[in-house]
Amino acid sequence: MNLNLKGRALGIDIGSTTTKVVLVDGNDILYERYERHFSQVREKTLEMIKDMKELLSSAPFTVAVSGSAGMGVTEATGLPFVQEVYATGEAVKRFAPDTSAVIELGGEDAKVIFFDGGVDERMNGSCAGGTGAFIDQMAVLLNMSVEEMDEESLKAKRIYPIASRCGVFAKTDIQPLLNQGALKSDVAASIYQAVVNQTITGLAQGRKIGGKVLFLGGPLYYCEGLRIRFRETLGLDEEHAIFPDYGRFAVALGAAIYSQTTNEITYDFLENELSRAKVGSGRDRLAPLFETEDDYKEFLDRHEKATVNERDIDTYRGRAWLGIDCGSTTTKLVLISEDKDLLYTYYSPNGGDPVKVVREQIKEIRRRCGDRITICGSTSTGYGEELVKNAFHVDFGIVETIAHYTAAKYFRPNVDFILDIGGQDIKCFRIRGGAIDSIMLNEACSSGCGSFIETFARSMGYSVSDFAEKGLHGKAPVNLGSRCTVFMNSSVKQSQKEGATVEDISAGLSISVVKNAIYKVIRASSPDELGKNIVVQGGTFYNDAVLRAFEKEIGAPVIRPSIAGLMGAYGAALYAMDMELEESDLLTLKELESFKHTAKSAICQGCANHCHLTVNSFGDGKRFISGNQCQKALGIEDVKELPNLYAWKRDYFASLKGKDGGRGKIGLPLALGMFELAPLWHGIFTELGFETVFSELSTRTTYEKGQFSIPSDTACYPAKIMHGHMEELIEKGAKRIFYPSLTYNVDEKAGTNHYNCPVVAYYAELLNGNMDSLKAVDFMYPYLNINSQGALVRTLARAFEEHGIDISRAELKKAVKVGFDEYYSYIKELHRLGEEALEFAEKHENRVMILAGRPYHIDPEIGHGIDKLASSLGFVVVSEDSICHLAHPVKTKVLNQWTFHARLYRAARFAAKHENAELVQLVSFGCGVDAITTDEVRAILEDGGKFYTQIKIDEITNLGAVKIRLRSLIGSLEDKERRKG
Amino acid sequence: MAEKQYIEFTEEMKKEYKILVPNMLPVHFELIISVLRTFGFNAELLRSEGPQIAETGLKYVHNDTCYPAVLVIGQFLYAIMSGKYDPHKVALVLFQTGGGCRASNYIPLLRKALERAGYGYVPVISFSPAGIEKHSGFKLTLRHWHAMVYAVLYGDLIMSLANQSKPYELNKGDTDRLSDRLTDKLSKELGKGGKIKYDRIKENYGKIIKLYADIPKNKTQKVKVGVVGEIFVKYSPLGNNNLEKFLIDEGAEVTVPGLLDFCLYSVYNSINDYRLYGRNFISHKLYEIAYKFVCRKKQDIIDLVTEEGSFTPWTPFEHTVSLAKGYISTGTKMGEGWLLTAEMLELAESGVKNIVCTQPFGCLPNHICGKGMMRPIKERNPDVNIVAIDYDAGATKANQENRLRLMLSNARDNIKSTEEEEIISETKRDFAPVP
Repeated sequence: MNLNLKGRALGIDIGSTTTKVVLVDGNDILYERYERHFSQVREKTLEMIKDMKELLSSAPFTVAVSGSAGMGVTEATGLPFVQEVYATGEAVKRFAPDTSAVIELGGEDAKVIFFDGGVDERMNGSCAGGTGAFIDQMAVLLNMSVEEMDEESLKAKRIYPIASRCGVFAKTDIQPLLNQGALKSDVAASIYQAVVNQTITGLAQGRKIGGKVLFLGGPLYYCEGLRIRFRETLGLDEEHAIFPDYGRFAVALGAAIYSQTTNEITYDFLENELSRAKVGSGRDRLAPLFETEDDYKEFLDRHEKATVNERDIDTYRGRAWLGIDCGSTTTKLVLISEDKDLLYTYYSPNGGDPVKVVREQIKEIRRRCGDRITICGSTSTGYGEELVKNAFHVDFGIVETIAHYTAAKYFRPNVDFILDIGGQDIKCFRIRGGAIDSIMLNEACSSGCGSFIETFARSMGYSVSDFAEKGLHGKAPVNLGSRCTVFMNSSVKQSQKEGATVEDISAGLSISVVKNAIYKVIRASSPDELGKNIVVQGGTFYNDAVLRAFEKEIGAPVIRPSIAGLMGAYGAALYAMDMELEESDLLTLKELESFKHTAKSAICQGCANHCHLTVNSFGDGKRFISGNQCQKALGIEDVKELPNLYAWKRDYFASLKGKDGGRGKIGLPLALGMFELAPLWHGIFTELGFETVFSELSTRTTYEKGQFSIPSDTACYPAKIMHGHMEELIEKGAKRIFYPSLTYNVDEKAGTNHYNCPVVAYYAELLNGNMDSLKAVDFMYPYLNINSQGALVRTLARAFEEHGIDISRAELKKAVKVGFDEYYSYIKELHRLGEEALEFAEKHENRVMILAGRPYHIDPEIGHGIDKLASSLGFVVVSEDSICHLAHPVKTKVLNQWTFHARLYRAARFAAKHENAELVQLVSFGCGVDAITTDEVRAILEDGGKFYTQIKIDEITNLGAVKIRLRSLIGSLEDKERRKG
Repeated sequence: MAEKQYIEFTEEMKKEYKILVPNMLPVHFELIISVLRTFGFNAELLRSEGPQIAETGLKYVHNDTCYPAVLVIGQFLYAIMSGKYDPHKVALVLFQTGGGCRASNYIPLLRKALERAGYGYVPVISFSPAGIEKHSGFKLTLRHWHAMVYAVLYGDLIMSLANQSKPYELNKGDTDRLSDRLTDKLSKELGKGGKIKYDRIKENYGKIIKLYADIPKNKTQKVKVGVVGEIFVKYSPLGNNNLEKFLIDEGAEVTVPGLLDFCLYSVYNSINDYRLYGRNFISHKLYEIAYKFVCRKKQDIIDLVTEEGSFTPWTPFEHTVSLAKGYISTGTKMGEGWLLTAEMLELAESGVKNIVCTQPFGCLPNHICGKGMMRPIKERNPDVNIVAIDYDAGATKANQENRLRLMLSNARDNIKSTEEEEIISETKRDFAPVP
């Protein structure tokens, strides 16, 4: 290696999880070491330096520190600091000068450096987790070590699409895959692919990674599977994808090089500096969880009271009922006696294979029941409800919200608020008049839940219970804010840097989880808003630190049942008891012996959606299919079709075809605002003699086609998918593409103004600036006024002139009229069909779901077929724009100045006034405007005594969570109706 | 929408209410408040800081709303709850443009937050040239606006000269002391009311420039860093974790485009709405007059600074407008819109090649005019070094500073390649071993 250093140089790289040390002399590396520091940043560094004492004492040397945790050490000591990406760049310039690009993955940062044509260094943004910590988290999820996961990934046969934005998102995709029986090897490889995609979209942002690429950093050094995914995705051969031996030490080497601009020091000086350095505690601290030992005792005594009796399963005679809660990360089973006592309980992580766990448990239960105990009924609930129900012939399946409420009522009949923090969900229900009144679930972006604390505990080298125990004694908990996992990761990183103890971090994390639940999920501004009789449950509340933090935050005691983690299963068992069966259909011991389970993946050919299916087959010939958006995959062809305005709109837009009129082709991307105004433009251009070419409804492939030129990865998915539509139009041979910039949308006189949101209005500017492929076409994105025919004629005329297209005023006038006619007849038809659907529902006594979002949410890749799901659950589905004309404009508290959003408010008012109509709001992740509309829509609905249901959508491809939410809604509606009598 | 949905700030209130103003730009806002005082408004600038502001905000504002809303509303509520004021004798004032960005909703969000916190009776005044709301006790006439233009110009001048002086001052604190003294003095002068004499103002400009020029400085070469972005996080130390201080401590000279340009941008957009869409048919004439007037006033300062010779003068706004051409249309008018892109180009053109583009996490317009324009700018100006930093209640300083440090490392390298010699002596740290 050509390092060319003068004399001896020590490079220290302290990252978020590991410390790396390198000693170089001239061209030789004398010493290198790589260790996890478990947040003992300064201590670990000092220890590693002490181990080098002999080597370092022999002669003076220069030193520099780098890395995200290194910053704090240098601030405290005055040792020279060099930024890590810069250090990497310097190192690579020395020892691999022919490199075109560097990809470096670290513990919590990902970096890309381009060398060709000017050095360009990039780091991941603040909302991006495709990094080492992410891989660690995923390994925990698979219940494997990182090495095992890597090994497993090499056997993969297929790749599942997994959201790559951040750890939380990916988890939401992975968990259901596991629960549905996907192979771990496939999932492991898919996780790596997600990391690769994240790096490419998040960091390369349109710049092609090619030439000779150097891969650096710990994760790439250790994970062979990850290296393979990178090489394949980037299409690099062995000569161009370099994974050097010094990969882990590149930053440390860069620091060593940089150190040469500073003065030499001695070993004693370095040791002295590191020993006496006080890494200050700048971060603000919170009050401890317990002021005194007595407080702690009182707390323990109080919570010991909320228990259920236990009875010995081996002596009990009589009837029993079984509840199975197959959660996202854990599986719970409860067998109860006639007195509702516990005969048998089980709580354990499912290790990604719930079927195996449940089978073992039922076997154990059956064996111990013998002839003495008759199992009279069984119920499954949770993520894996259907899988378990089908596999083991469980009698009933109920949605988990109902299961939890049933259990909570047992402990406190007048319960009015339930908060459940599980492995990866937070669920809250408010109970009014004996029925679930509103349900709040955490969104994909705020899952600071149980598995989050678990991952942290493990990464710091503790078990969850030891970690929680430590938190109880934290003297000054760190204030970590109340945000998502990725943000908290870096908050923890910062407090580690400031020398916070494990005790204080553990307590701080518990407080964060609680604050996240109260302020972000429940959206309460004061504890009084929650309720008077609060029951908390879910496995996370076994953690006394979390429980205590919650009580402190709301300033009142709550009930935590001793079976906090088993409440779903207990509720399920109670439910089975209520059903009064003679005997359960549950598999017998003999049947369990011969039980077989295989899972295969398949792609549904039922329609153009091509859902990724997982087909579970069981020994008895029973099958269970998951991953489907509609019933076709299940072989049910003749499902009675209920009116679905989303489906109609999709068909309408897909049917817009151009015809050759001599003026050539004009491409129109079917995305964002085009889902509203396509008829207008179609009419105008066809009349003018252009052949309109629309892009197709999106699929995942559409997105992937354009993902390489997305500059801002926190923009909404409907915007990001635009890039793919443009590529598709170019592929279709369009030499001219049209997507107008519309500050103002159509004026429906329903608000104080009629704006588009900034993204819908101006995304074309971004496309023009970032898509190389557009340079070869005439991209028209004029600023138009569509608020009158005259104005549109004037503004269009200017646009055509600028693009050198000769069209007479008279021609244009006529075309604009034709366009508006087409647009208004579309709107008229939409309204007519909306009314017809309502009538249909009235006549057939169907429930109506107003699936309210933006026009572009009908796109199957953006709406993920939620409309079909609703339809399969028995709803007549209408869109907000098909019925909003039936309600008066709403006077909102917020500024009602966007056309699309004014429709939302009107639709909400309609729902509030109609008994059989429910509104479900679709919100795209990253939609800033919806941060404002959601509260307003909720208020309108709740004023009318209606439930508010919000579904956040992003790249996520899984419908499991949505289904639970919609089924909870149905469950609550039924409950409410029952009570009304 | 005829019926008023807000509590009006009445003539009577004007007499006995204290009007609280959120802090975005200390110098400018202090001056503007002085102007308000001369017209009989009892206004006070909120100077509170610290994590409790964001925390209060997060409790009462939807957490996905932009960070500035969280901070501004948090600061108001924190003040009202502090017990320092009689809540029944307090009004709040916020600037409102009424644009297509969600930021135009800060006022309704503030009202909702007040209601939730039990202060629904506190009047909120919309400070808006477009007159979105009517408050009989808070009517701004041409005279008011006229005086405020000078407050903004003074503010911009002080900010610009201070930025160019502080990194080089020989006696630490000289610049800040001068800025404080000037703010105080000019506030008093503006606060006296009476007819505005432009000659006197021009005389003041000259004196101000001279005073900053006279601060003893050493002529080292510093890395120049420009800050652009969403208006609140760009300016407010509360919003950007003391970005300016961090950059200065790291040895950089900071350039922040002035507030006046944002005002001109708003006026320009109103004129442009007429040009593009035929809107503002009647008012566009007035906007044109105002536009020309303010541009002329800005030019006067540019001339004076150029004449004096110690400092880099501003870029005339008309030129800034022209820079956007070929990158982004001036029709992009939500949030900071095209101005943000143009300011990056303006900085690059004036030799400030290192740019921090700041925005609240999830800022909608900045997807397009900030992050979305970085690539075309870099493509055509390869020597420009831009870093985008997101600000948010949950984003950590460590993360932000790490990215800023990367930008600074490259910036130093870029200087190195142009002026090899000088810089080496600067990076060679004074780091003597213990004897």
